[in-house]
Amino acid sequence: MIEGLNPAWVLILGGVLAPLVPPVARRWYLLAVPLLGLSQILMLPYGNSGVWEMFGFTLVTLRLDRLSFVFGLAFLIAAVIASLYSWHVRDKVQHVASLVYAGAALGALFAGDLITLFVYWEITAISSVFLIWARRTQRALTTGMRYLIIQVGSGLLLLAGIVLHYRLTGSIEFGHLGLGTLATTLIFVAFGIKCAFPFLHNWLQDAYPEATVTGTVVLSVFTTKLAVYALARGFAGEEILLTIGVTMTVFPIFFAIIENDLRRVLAYSLNNQLGFMVAGIGIGSELALNGTAAHAFAHILYKALLFMSMGAVLFRVGTVKASELGGLYKSMPITAGLCIVGAASISAFPLLSGFVSKSMILAAVAEEHHWFAWLALLFASAGVLDHSGIKIPYFSFFSHDSGLRCAEAPKNMLIAMGITAALCILIGVYPASLYSILPYPVNFVPYTTMHVVTQLQLLMFAMLAFAVLMRTGIYPAELRATNLDFDWIYRKLIPDTVAAGATWFAGHSATLGRSLRARRFRLMDGAYRYLGPSSGIRQSPPIGTAVLVLMAVFAVFVLLVLAT
Amino acid sequence: MSNQSKHPFSKKYWLDDPVHQNRVVRSIYAVCALLFIADLFYSKHPHFSFENWFGFYAWFGFFAYVGLVLLAKQWRKLVKRDEDYYDD
Repeated sequence: MIEGLNPAWVLILGGVLAPLVPPVARRWYLLAVPLLGLSQILMLPYGNSGVWEMFGFTLVTLRLDRLSFVFGLAFLIAAVIASLYSWHVRDKVQHVASLVYAGAALGALFAGDLITLFVYWEITAISSVFLIWARRTQRALTTGMRYLIIQVGSGLLLLAGIVLHYRLTGSIEFGHLGLGTLATTLIFVAFGIKCAFPFLHNWLQDAYPEATVTGTVVLSVFTTKLAVYALARGFAGEEILLTIGVTMTVFPIFFAIIENDLRRVLAYSLNNQLGFMVAGIGIGSELALNGTAAHAFAHILYKALLFMSMGAVLFRVGTVKASELGGLYKSMPITAGLCIVGAASISAFPLLSGFVSKSMILAAVAEEHHWFAWLALLFASAGVLDHSGIKIPYFSFFSHDSGLRCAEAPKNMLIAMGITAALCILIGVYPASLYSILPYPVNFVPYTTMHVVTQLQLLMFAMLAFAVLMRTGIYPAELRATNLDFDWIYRKLIPDTVAAGATWFAGHSATLGRSLRARRFRLMDGAYRYLGPSSGIRQSPPIGTAVLVLMAVFAVFVLLVLAT
Repeated sequence: MSNQSKHPFSKKYWLDDPVHQNRVVRSIYAVCALLFIADLFYSKHPHFSFENWFGFYAWFGFFAYVGLVLLAKQWRKLVKRDEDYYDD
C-alpha cells in the first residue's frame, strides 16, 4: 500500500497509462491495477485526507467512512472481477474506459465535498459512454449519444444545484442535504437521473444492452450504485424516496416479463433492485440504511454474475434474444449452473446473498408499519423471481431446444463468474462477513424459522404458478418486438412533432408575411435540418441535437444562477 | 454409426425426456405441499396481523405471480411494436 494514495487515482492513472504497457504484459497489468486499488482501500484508515485548498474552497478528495467503505469495497471487487472477465479483450478503448470509469466512480464515492463529487460525476459519464461506443455499430453510436446527453445533463443539474446551494448556505460540504430548497431539489433530481427514478429511467434500459459483452458488466456496477450512495449520503429519511423506491420495484417488472432481449430484461431488473435500495433510504433508520448498503453490495455481485452469464451467451451465440435461445445448458453447462446461482441470489433464496440483504430492507419497512409499501415490496419480490430468477436461466439454457450448439464460455469468463458465484454463496451462508462492514452495528438475524419458511413459501409457490402458467400455455411467449417505454417521448414524439411542424411550416410559409417568414423560416429550417427525417436524429449520431439539448440545459442553469 | 451417436445433436439428455420433465414439475408440487403444511409446526412473530393467516406467503406468492403475468400480457397489447420500430 502507498500512504494516503486514493484508490480512485490508482484506477484512473492505471487506465490512462494502460495503452503504454506492452501487449505481452497488458492483461496482467489490467488485473494488477484494480488489485492494487483493492489493497489500498483495505489498508487506508477511516477519516478525511487528500484535502486541497483551491480558490478559497476546501476540497476533501478522500473521505473514507463506514458508508463509503462498503460501496468502495464492492466497486473494487467488481473491478477485479470485470478485469478477469475481460481477459480476452484486446480493445484498448475498453481497457482505458473500464478503469477510468471505475476510478471516477470511486472518486465520487470518496468525495467529501460537492465540487469533487461533480468533477468525478462527469468523468463517469464521459468515460462510460466509450463502453457503449466500443461496440462500433451505428446503433451503439446513436444509443451512446442519447446516454451521454442524459448523463452529462445529470451533471449540469448537479452543478446548478451546487452553485445555488453554495449561494444559500456558503457550504460545499457533501453531508446530509435534505429536500426543501431549490438547490437541494436540483441535486436530488441529478442523483435521481443516475439512479433511474421513474420517468428518468430509460437511459438505463436503452443503453446497457447496447454495450459490448464486457462493457455491460462494467456499466451495471457503478453509475446506479454511485447514485444510491449519493442519495443515502444526502437524502436519507426523505419520505418521498419510499414512494419512489416502491414504484421503481413494481413497474419495471411488467416490462421485464414481456422483453425479449435478455440483457434488457436484466436492465429492467436492475431498475427494480435499485427500488429496494431507494425504499431503504426513504425509511432512513439504521436498519434500513444497513439494508440499503448490504443490498447494494450483494446486488453488485449477483447482477454482475447475471450480466456475465448473458454476456457469455452473447459472446458464444451472437444473440441474447429469448425467442432465439433455449437448450444451451447442453453446450454451456457450467455457465448455466453459475447463472442459476446468480438467479437464485437475486430471487433471495435462503443460503444466498439476496436473502440476507433484501430482508433487512423489508424488516425496516415493516418496523415503520408501512403495510402498503411492505406488500408492494413483497409483490415485487415475486416479480424478481419471475424476470431474473426464472426467465433469464429458463429461456436461455432450458425451455425448447433451439438447436444452437456452441463451446462452453472461455476459461477467464468461467473463473470470473465462479468467483462471483462463490461470493454470493459466502454472503448467504455466512452473513456476518457482510454485516460486519455495514455502516451501523447490526443486530438483525436473517435465519429464523419463520423467515426461512415464509420466504420459501413465497418463492416456491410463485415457481408453482410459473409451472402452471407454462403448462396451460398462459405464460406470454417470447416474441421479437420493441416495447414502448417512456423514451418514446424523446425518441419518437418530440422529433416527429418537430419534423412535422417544420414540414408544415415549409409548405405554408409562402402565405405568411415576408419578414415574419424569413425570421421564422430560418428557425424552423434549422430545426428541420437538425431533427427532420433527411439528416435527422435517427440516421447519424445526433451531435447537433446533443449540443442543442446541452445548451438548453446550460441556459436554464445560467438563468437560475442569475435569478438568485 | 458409432460416430453418429457422438454427434451433439443426437445426444439425448436426461431433461429431454417428457417423463423426466414431468418429474421436475411434480417435485415442485411436492415441495409446495410440504411448505404449506410447515405452517402448522412453528409459531409466527409477525409485524402485520395478516401474516398470521394460514399459508399467507404461499397464497400471496402464487396469486401475485399469476396476477403480474396476466397484467403484463395486457400491458404488452398496449406497448408492443415491431422490432425495428425506432430504426425507420
